Amino acid sequence: MDKTIRIRKGVDIDLKGKAKNQFMADHNPELFALKPIDFFGLVPKLSWKEGEKVKQGEPVFFDKYRPDIVFVAPVAGLISKVVRGDKRKMLEIIIEKSDEIGKIKHNISKDDLKNAEAIKKLFLNAGIWPYIKQRPYGIIANPETKPRDIFISMFDSAPLAPDFEFILNADKEEINLALKTIKLLTDGDVYLSFKKGSRLVDLIENKENYKINYFHGPHPAGLHGVQINKIKPINKGEIVWTVNATDLPIIGSFLKTGIYNPERTVALAGSEVKEPAYFKTTAGADLTQLLKSKLNTDDNLRVISGNVLTGSNISHSRFLGFFDNLVTVIPEGNKHELFGWALPGFNKLSLTTTFMSKLFPRKKFAPDTNLHGGKRAYVVTGQYEAVCPIDVYPQLLIKAILAEDIDKMEQMGIYEIIEEDFALCEFACTSKMDVQEIVRTGLNLMIKEMS
Amino acid sequence: MKFLRKRVDKIKPHFEEGGRFYFLHSVFDGFETFLFVPDHVTKKGAHIRDAIDMKRTMIIVVLALMPALLFGIYNTGLQHFIATGQPQEFWPMISYGIIKVIPLIAVTYIVGLGIEFAFAQVRKHEISEGFLVTGILIPLIVPADIPLWMLAIATAFAVIIGKEVFGGSGMNILNPALTARAFLFFAYPSWMSGDKIWVSGMMSGEGIIDGYSGATLLAQSATGASNFINGFGEKVSHLEMFIGTIPGSVGETSIIAILLGALILLVAGLGSWRIMFSTLAGGIVMGLLLNVFAVNSAMEIAWFEQLMLGGFAFGMVFMATDPVTGAQTNKGKYIYGFLIGFLAILIRVLNPAYPEGMMLAILLMNVFAPLIDHLVVQQNIKKRLKRSVSSVKS
Repeated sequence: MDKTIRIRKGVDIDLKGKAKNQFMADHNPELFALKPIDFFGLVPKLSWKEGEKVKQGEPVFFDKYRPDIVFVAPVAGLISKVVRGDKRKMLEIIIEKSDEIGKIKHNISKDDLKNAEAIKKLFLNAGIWPYIKQRPYGIIANPETKPRDIFISMFDSAPLAPDFEFILNADKEEINLALKTIKLLTDGDVYLSFKKGSRLVDLIENKENYKINYFHGPHPAGLHGVQINKIKPINKGEIVWTVNATDLPIIGSFLKTGIYNPERTVALAGSEVKEPAYFKTTAGADLTQLLKSKLNTDDNLRVISGNVLTGSNISHSRFLGFFDNLVTVIPEGNKHELFGWALPGFNKLSLTTTFMSKLFPRKKFAPDTNLHGGKRAYVVTGQYEAVCPIDVYPQLLIKAILAEDIDKMEQMGIYEIIEEDFALCEFACTSKMDVQEIVRTGLNLMIKEMS
Repeated sequence: MKFLRKRVDKIKPHFEEGGRFYFLHSVFDGFETFLFVPDHVTKKGAHIRDAIDMKRTMIIVVLALMPALLFGIYNTGLQHFIATGQPQEFWPMISYGIIKVIPLIAVTYIVGLGIEFAFAQVRKHEISEGFLVTGILIPLIVPADIPLWMLAIATAFAVIIGKEVFGGSGMNILNPALTARAFLFFAYPSWMSGDKIWVSGMMSGEGIIDGYSGATLLAQSATGASNFINGFGEKVSHLEMFIGTIPGSVGETSIIAILLGALILLVAGLGSWRIMFSTLAGGIVMGLLLNVFAVNSAMEIAWFEQLMLGGFAFGMVFMATDPVTGAQTNKGKYIYGFLIGFLAILIRVLNPAYPEGMMLAILLMNVFAPLIDHLVVQQNIKKRLKRSVSSVKS
């Protein structure tokens, strides 16, 4: 019954500074931030003004076009600042924690968890809904639809990714409660995909309720896009939902207590971290203090909420992202390199065999953020295909997006991918294309065209 | 290094917008990035990027061409010394070769890069490295005695009509180096065919031994000579064909040197093994077919001899594998390569007016590569459609 699926295309990028399976002290800062930019396809509208007080679990902002989707405060406190970017785009809503203000507690009765409509209503009210994403497009799920299936990846294969076995181990009850509830949201199946040999599967109760698959092979095996494509691909007109395994404890603990409390176990990793390990904190936490004591230097670093391929740059405003269980710190690469293209390159990280570093296959790398060259038109072919296990032609799909050819994009499978699925292509690209941005542009174009 | 960096930073403002030498900004940028990998960091998407870039890629391809180039220099001297009856001493031959070949490279680079720089300037983009390779390829696929002005015109034609009108490196439909060769072949046939041009010095006739013939083996194969002979009428061994001590274009004669280049390309992962392999397969299949149905002596030439003749090996390793003009999908690469090999031998044997079938086969398949890709992608699209139809039914 259980299937093992082998992923052949892709690559595990071996970086220095993987978090050891041990905890450092919990991190409880003063400041927290909710970041509308953590969600795609959203026009945020604030429910409060600067200086007003919110309870933990109280809505802070909502989507202008889908006002029933609200985003609630991770902690109780004072809305101290709303940071805006170009064109007054809302970037961060900063909350100064103060526990006295209190929490919102939802009274969850058995009836609330009986059918999909009731659960949706509960999730929407409590701010749990944004944890459910939909494909196509990789945006927050539309509560008015019913998904064909729901997919949950039970491992992360990205560089320096946290070990789910380690961080989910203690939350058996919450995870099962969350899964049981999520199962009711679809008439189809809930697919759980584990890494081959993972002990996490023992955590799951009533396994017969779910479809369980095992994956083995290199990154991007852990991505939803790859798993969906290998198990049951998305066709035109179909909608599937995805939930991150690391969000299940948050959903479960809400269902158990009625209180929204987005506590996370986060891995602090990367070549610039003194002793990479895990810590407990709350989503949106200000990491400034923590990083001060944990980094080798604080000079010229890139702090990433998430992994090095898809994470967001939080070097200047160091708040943990909404979905992230990983903070990666690597050196910035803003330096010139004399004759860099001609040097043997013993420390150069590359998928091609054009640097001497290939002589040391077990070497761990500490790459910086340098682009390593100028942008060019496409010349090399086959690089994307080698790292993309999804059954599409990545480079030609990217070209279709660049040409804004809607029909071609649809035919070539844009519904099956989101930007993270092509992140490795972007890493590998000789022409230094911004592949993920192009994919997002294409998805936005499709959303506009289809609505 | 710091000193150099400081100097560059000091003169840089002159080339930026509003500076005195702004009209040369692309050129400056070209030289600056040649000296230094830029300090640009990732702004969007993946925070780390593969260390490979276009410069490194092209430099490795140039490196892969070095064995063929070096052997070409040697062989140019050797063929001249044989034909003139001089003692075959190593260094004099090398210096003769250098005197003949280096000007070819210099002219190609100066004309080609000059045009590239100008276009980059006008279009305001960075100078692309593609010509670094094209600039070596062109001298290697012409006879050593080709007049430099012809080479200059051909290079200009290849860069402008073959590449820049389509939008520059990465956008071209035809392989620029082969475009240059095709231009020469059709514009100046007397300098690109016949039995005088392939041995350096024969066109001017300086000191050539009486009765010496400079016909290439490829030309002999076209006229049906099944026993290959050298200038003195002696039989040419397979070993000589493999090593490449025979008349021909500068860099295409030595199978060993070409295989060395192929090895570099394959190990580095820059040349497509799919294309090389399938081109070889196509050539062998056609060679065998011709052998089986042989009705004349040209068709009787053994399939493995066909692979060593003319530009087949060189084209297979360095031209067919050009990623810009070749098929882009993996399946398409097999089809593309196979047809190149297949057609190259077919054209060569059945249409002796164009003995260099490889050039025409690759150019022809360059044109068809997008069609091949289209068909391959259509398969993928159909699969997706079928899946979606069947899911609607169920």
